[in-house]
Amino acid sequence: MDDNTLSLFAGIGALLLLASVIGRLLKWRAGAGPHPVIDNLNARINAWWVMVLVIGIAFVFGKYGVIVLFYGVSFYALREFMTLTPTRRSDYPALAAAFYIALPVQYVLIASDWYGLFSIFIPVYVFLLLPILASLGGDTTRFLERTSKVQWGLMIAVYCVSTVPALMTLDIPGYEGRNLLLIAWLILVVQLSDVLQYVCGKLLGKRKVAPNLSPSKTLEGLLGGVALATLVGALLCWITPFSFWQAALLALVVNAMGFFGGLVMSAIKRDRGVKDWGHMIEGHGGMLDRMDSVCFAAPVFFHFVRYWWA
Amino acid sequence: MLADLTAFSITSAARLITGARALWLGCTPQPVQRLYYANHSSHGDFVLLWASLPDALRKRTRPVAGADYWCKPGLREFIIRKVFNAVLIDRQRSDTLDSPLQPVLDALAQGDSLIFFPEGTRNLGDEPLLPFKSGLFHLAAAHPQIELVPVWIANLNRVMPKGRALPLPLLCTLSFGEPLHRLPGESKPDFLERARLALLTLAPKEA
Repeated sequence: MDDNTLSLFAGIGALLLLASVIGRLLKWRAGAGPHPVIDNLNARINAWWVMVLVIGIAFVFGKYGVIVLFYGVSFYALREFMTLTPTRRSDYPALAAAFYIALPVQYVLIASDWYGLFSIFIPVYVFLLLPILASLGGDTTRFLERTSKVQWGLMIAVYCVSTVPALMTLDIPGYEGRNLLLIAWLILVVQLSDVLQYVCGKLLGKRKVAPNLSPSKTLEGLLGGVALATLVGALLCWITPFSFWQAALLALVVNAMGFFGGLVMSAIKRDRGVKDWGHMIEGHGGMLDRMDSVCFAAPVFFHFVRYWWA
Repeated sequence: MLADLTAFSITSAARLITGARALWLGCTPQPVQRLYYANHSSHGDFVLLWASLPDALRKRTRPVAGADYWCKPGLREFIIRKVFNAVLIDRQRSDTLDSPLQPVLDALAQGDSLIFFPEGTRNLGDEPLLPFKSGLFHLAAAHPQIELVPVWIANLNRVMPKGRALPLPLLCTLSFGEPLHRLPGESKPDFLERARLALLTLAPKEA
């Protein structure tokens, strides 16, 4: 790790320490006994320590560490998505292909730097392969619906998530060997936006912004969170190849995409009648609950950077 | 020793692949004599249910399995007898001298908890739950003090569909419902229907 990465992680560590102290103080002030909001806040903060630690370990191993990390993220996200998606017995070949072929091949293509194929593998080849596999079962019940759902899950959980480690493959003049920081910047800005929207919403939130999709999201939380996260993204321009205003604009784009990603994934959850995608991250829900904003922000960020900087 | 090791690897693998989550909705995992009855759609059902019980309970809980499938000499028989300590019943038996349920009644009489699939066979159709065979009624009538705990196993039929060797890594949930007993004087059809509904209400709603 270089000095920039170390100072970035030191900064995140200091922030988490502050959050932990505030969380303990709130708990202490609220007294003994359960307090759902504060207990959930503390569970979230504790989970953040673990998540930052895992990301940190991946960064120590460099490019391949990050690829393995996001392979895992994709696997857990795909598993949560397919678990909530009703499929039939004859979808087995398509689901097996999703878990055992599409997922590993996508990450192997990224590891081998093959942009021409990893950018179209799932949207073109797998898109055509899945309905072929599904049709072999001879079961026409809700056929289009079933194949679309498997394809959609792959796009979100594998294709979109994999554009994060794909940032490693970009050759940005004057930024050689520092692409890990681009990943750190993206994850930090998008996740900080989620956190700040939550904090601003809890402190100032009054008007619901999408009562049907996500009752906890408020207009005050949205504006405050996105504004603050965009400011942080701009102030962190020293770890990126962007100028201050470029970083601000890109941060605004990824934060907006992240917000809408949260809405879309929330609509799916509500339709399936659940509150969370899963239970693997204490206080947060499942992997997809934590990654929903990244899923929507990362592909756009990747292609913007590739088009204008690489 | 070998049996313990095999048990450990089988339950770990089952939990790893399915991320099995036990939801104790209607009762808590207490060490009282119980008969867990569940929906049956995969050979892995009893393994997953067994694996999701706390250690202390698992040691006293035995699955009830069909002798016709499991009593093939070799690995299969070692697993079912030594690892799971199953109660084997002969589903095909035609002689009426003693009931095919006798080994199960004996196990209950000596205080064991059991895992039982009242549908009698694997459900491979689109119906969520088949009609119950009368076995559950006879067990409940013979041992009215035992808690009958409905357990809905969700998703395992998707993890291991019939005839597929490679399991899919989907998440499974086991919902433990409220214990029930046979009411005094309750008829066989009434009891079986009540027990079936108690299990069915634990199933996740299909959209």
